[in-house]
Amino acid sequence: MDHITFLVAVVIVTALAFDFTNGFHDTANAMATSIATGALAPRTAVLISGVLNVVGAFLSTEVAKTISGGIVDDTLVTPGMIFAGLVGAILWNLLTWLVGLPSSSSHALFGGLIGAVWVGAGSHGVNFGKVVEKVLVPAVASPVVAGLAALLATYLAYRLTDRARKDTVTKGFRIGQIASASLVSLAHGTNDAQKTMGVITLTLISAGALGHQAGPPLWVIASAGLAIGLGTYLGGWRIIRTMGKGLTEIQSPQGFAAETASTAVILTSAHLGFALSTTQVASGSILGAGLGRRLAEVRWGVAGRMAVAWLITLPAAALVGGLAASVVQSGGDLGTAVVALVGAALAAGIVVVSRRNPVHAHNVNDAHKVTIRTEPPAKVGTAA
Amino acid sequence: MQLDWTALGQVTAVSIGVTVAVVVVFALGVLGLAQLEGAREQHGRTSALGVTQATLCFLACAAVVAYGIFLIVPQFH
Repeated sequence: MDHITFLVAVVIVTALAFDFTNGFHDTANAMATSIATGALAPRTAVLISGVLNVVGAFLSTEVAKTISGGIVDDTLVTPGMIFAGLVGAILWNLLTWLVGLPSSSSHALFGGLIGAVWVGAGSHGVNFGKVVEKVLVPAVASPVVAGLAALLATYLAYRLTDRARKDTVTKGFRIGQIASASLVSLAHGTNDAQKTMGVITLTLISAGALGHQAGPPLWVIASAGLAIGLGTYLGGWRIIRTMGKGLTEIQSPQGFAAETASTAVILTSAHLGFALSTTQVASGSILGAGLGRRLAEVRWGVAGRMAVAWLITLPAAALVGGLAASVVQSGGDLGTAVVALVGAALAAGIVVVSRRNPVHAHNVNDAHKVTIRTEPPAKVGTAA
Repeated sequence: MQLDWTALGQVTAVSIGVTVAVVVVFALGVLGLAQLEGAREQHGRTSALGVTQATLCFLACAAVVAYGIFLIVPQFH
């Protein structure tokens, strides 16, 4: 394997790390509402989601033929830029996880790549028209569509079951949620794992380790699937709390409506060739389901913060990606090692900070806020 | 850059239509179930209407789920 240089090996490891944060970040999309309504026990939910993500990874044969779908000029992309872009995406994913905000992993990846290519090859390497078409428009349209669908469906579900026995209604919709949440997970696995496979495969091709037009080798499929599945299983509990409890208090008919809306939007747009972010679709659905139940409280502050996170995801990841690219470009292998070490140190730092106020399977439903600082102890009367 | 408004409109219409249809049919199924349980508790017998309604509705939903899986798995088409 003399084609596998130090840089290529680093890119592969980084791509798998990104894949892991991707799964970690996106468990909430499928499972947050099921966990919040008690349709599935938290541990069971992430296990189902993890397994379905691995299954989805093996099912998807149509691996991305381009790294970015034309957003950046693929002929100008070097493994160094891919590495820098991935570092930007990973760090942004971890930061938003720390504050419990769902943000799009695809946008983070695109952002990191845009920044890295801009710095590495100049602004002509970035296709801004495509950015608007593939990122901006779906980002605005998909949560609105999902939200509308979930709102209407929730409203009708409550109208129809108004007079029926509450226990039967709750139980019935809970069982339905298991099916709808599983479909979201499966769709996620077929979509997102293949992004990483595409990145690794294209890196191997550009390094000469694989022939042109080659598909991903089995070890690439297996490792990408396992990385995303493991990330999903470990569960981004902080984000699950925000989506299941933070936006609105979800009941099982709302959860079912939200998950059905997410699945419908994801599948119809995939069928028609729209690229979209599962995260944004799921958030839109949950918001719609919150509005559809009369008197349900929607916390607009949380929704606003999420919207801001979506807006800055791409530029923020681009900034880190660009910075990393400039170091990699001027420093060669040494620069790459420095970026890798600094990136790993920052990631570890974020994990350490999250420990101060951890969110896990046992306390995920206990509160609706994700805080970083530990609450200051209640003031006791002080005698100067 | 070119926006495909037709495709966008299609996604919107199909998504909203399918979501509302599935949730309404499922709600009707749950209603059938509620009727069945109510009849069992009050009269000690089953409600034939409730059973039929629930069965038909849940079967319809299962069919949609099967179609969803069909769409997700590329090996099927």
